[in-house]
Amino acid sequence: MAYDKFNILKSSAVPLPIENVDTDQIIPARFLKATERKGFGDNLFRDWRYNPDNTPKEHFVLNNPIYSGKILVGGKNFGSGSSREHAAWAVYDYGFRCVVSSFFADIFRNNCLNIGVLPVQVSPEFLDKIFKAIEADPNTELEISLPEQTITILETGESEGFAINDYKKENMLNGFDDIDYLLNIKKDIEVFAQDTPL
Amino acid sequence: MSKTLFDKVWDSHVVKHIENGPDVLFIDRHLVHEVTSPVAFLGLKNRNIKVLYPERTFATADHNTPTRNQHLPVKDKLSAKQLKALEENSKAHNIPYWGLGHEKNGIVHVIGPENGITAPGATIVCGDSHTSTHGAFGAIAFGIGTSEVEMVLSTQCIMQPKAKSLRITIDGDLNIGVTPKDVALFIISKLTTSGATGYFVEYAGEVFRNMSMEGRMTVCNLSIEMGARGGMIAPDEKTFDYIKGREYTPKGAAWDKAMKYWQTLYSDENAVFDKEITFTANEIEPMITYGTNPGMGIGIQNGIPSADAVEGGNATYKKSLQYMAFNEGEAMIGKPIDFVFLGSCTNGRIEDFRAFASIIKGRKKADNVTAWLVPGSHRVEEAIKREGILDILNTAGFELREPGCSACLAMNDDKIPAGKYAVSTSNRNFEGRQGPGSRTLLASPLVAAAAAVTGKVTDPRELMELQTA
Ligand code: SF4
Repeated sequence: MAYDKFNILKSSAVPLPIENVDTDQIIPARFLKATERKGFGDNLFRDWRYNPDNTPKEHFVLNNPIYSGKILVGGKNFGSGSSREHAAWAVYDYGFRCVVSSFFADIFRNNCLNIGVLPVQVSPEFLDKIFKAIEADPNTELEISLPEQTITILETGESEGFAINDYKKENMLNGFDDIDYLLNIKKDIEVFAQDTPL
Repeated sequence: MSKTLFDKVWDSHVVKHIENGPDVLFIDRHLVHEVTSPVAFLGLKNRNIKVLYPERTFATADHNTPTRNQHLPVKDKLSAKQLKALEENSKAHNIPYWGLGHEKNGIVHVIGPENGITAPGATIVCGDSHTSTHGAFGAIAFGIGTSEVEMVLSTQCIMQPKAKSLRITIDGDLNIGVTPKDVALFIISKLTTSGATGYFVEYAGEVFRNMSMEGRMTVCNLSIEMGARGGMIAPDEKTFDYIKGREYTPKGAAWDKAMKYWQTLYSDENAVFDKEITFTANEIEPMITYGTNPGMGIGIQNGIPSADAVEGGNATYKKSLQYMAFNEGEAMIGKPIDFVFLGSCTNGRIEDFRAFASIIKGRKKADNVTAWLVPGSHRVEEAIKREGILDILNTAGFELREPGCSACLAMNDDKIPAGKYAVSTSNRNFEGRQGPGSRTLLASPLVAAAAAVTGKVTDPRELMELQTA
């Protein structure tokens, strides 16, 4: 599925300074029963966000109106656990275009890149600075430049680079997805398949 | 040049390498289930394309299926809709579909090996992170997201950069009562849940050589819980004996040809790994987890570590203990439990049921325990009956359910109620994983059995000694 292009994103951010946030928290399994990719944002962090009677849990950050923005900042090892792409869909569908952490689980990172959410991995020190800046001022804006591969805390000007491979960068800048690429080299794949027994 | 096992299998499947980008990797076999596939099939429909190689694709129903009365229509409307979608999609694309009640139905990672879909040196993917299970046969197997499911359906390829290599070597003999599950939980407790992120693991050394194929599957299954992309073990005679004669295993001349390839599947003597880790077998005790990720495990006789003793994340650690209603320093032994879950792609095979039965034989289920015993497949279910294990279970007051993922992820009715404790042989103890508010203690089938008959966390070795005395 094609997605919006990503270039420079300037936004305030929502802090979630918890480590090992797993995909069962991001979207609990009982919400995986859809046959279409729709409405997952409503159930993002469902059990942290709502009580069993569906009233919002006041203390959870998504229910706190002073925090908003298109960037989610999470603790180390964000997105571990299940391979459910629904977790990335929920993040996207809620309105986030970028997740910042000091460490991402592999499959989650991949899933994000495949659907147009940019995972930005920063040093633990820089992550700490971001959390502190948001704590001091919830309106703190971050600027994420994909062309430059930098993330900047606008208030202080502090900045750090992040890694992304050239191929994925091109894809995100243009809103391309892998399937388009693969379909274009289908001939090569068919030749390869002939030599590869079942 | 010397190569690792992982190098050999990966490199031979690269259709194209993109400079400073991913490899285009050819996928030999693709397993599909009802939960992560519907949106992918929808993608194909939107592009108006067909599955490129249906003969390399296999579909089963497992994640949200009930474990009782499978002959009746599925009551949950959304689950029924997903199952129907898979059935229709399989039909439309000519994919073999082993739905509820089919003799080959079961958990996707249990039926792959059972039917010979899993082969040494193959690349195998599925929209489920525990696809790493199939690495037990020397395959490169890993979980993928739904976008990638769509890629494989439409082009039989995915695009990923090659992972780094990590070898975990364990030599020596395992202590009594220590099972493959304990070996894996031990490794994860040492590495943490992110310790192997970015790596593909090869398990080497006597412990894994001596392990049965099912044991190897349990270990490889849990690779993902240390953050690894997957895990694998070099194939040997045991591997070949296991797969020989299975439905999708090559036969005759094709077998001989395949054997030539399979026998080259080991890490060369001088192969260099990006990282090497070594443990010794006798360090490992029967394990149990006390927290909300699989890395929070300890030897069953040990106390819960204090917050100062764990690396980083003090706040996260305390939040986790609070969720479990446990305190730092407490012993795990003797803690009362409410549920026991034997099953999942980690420990839902026949050897797991044999192990469970070995402890409960001649004993009774504790009154305070609700036990869900769920075979990984119909074939496992048949073996349980054939071997007389069902009688042992029934005599001890247990009931056997029908196959599926069940309480491993609680998408069906098998949900552990909020606040209740479950000793589970599955793979994840995340908050709410087994039902909203559920509290999971991950352990081996032996520890689960000991808890089931005593109603509390119990060292299985005590019951084993009683039995042999
Ligand atoms: S048993 Fe659990 S881990 Fe295994 S495939 Fe099913 S849901 Fe996934």
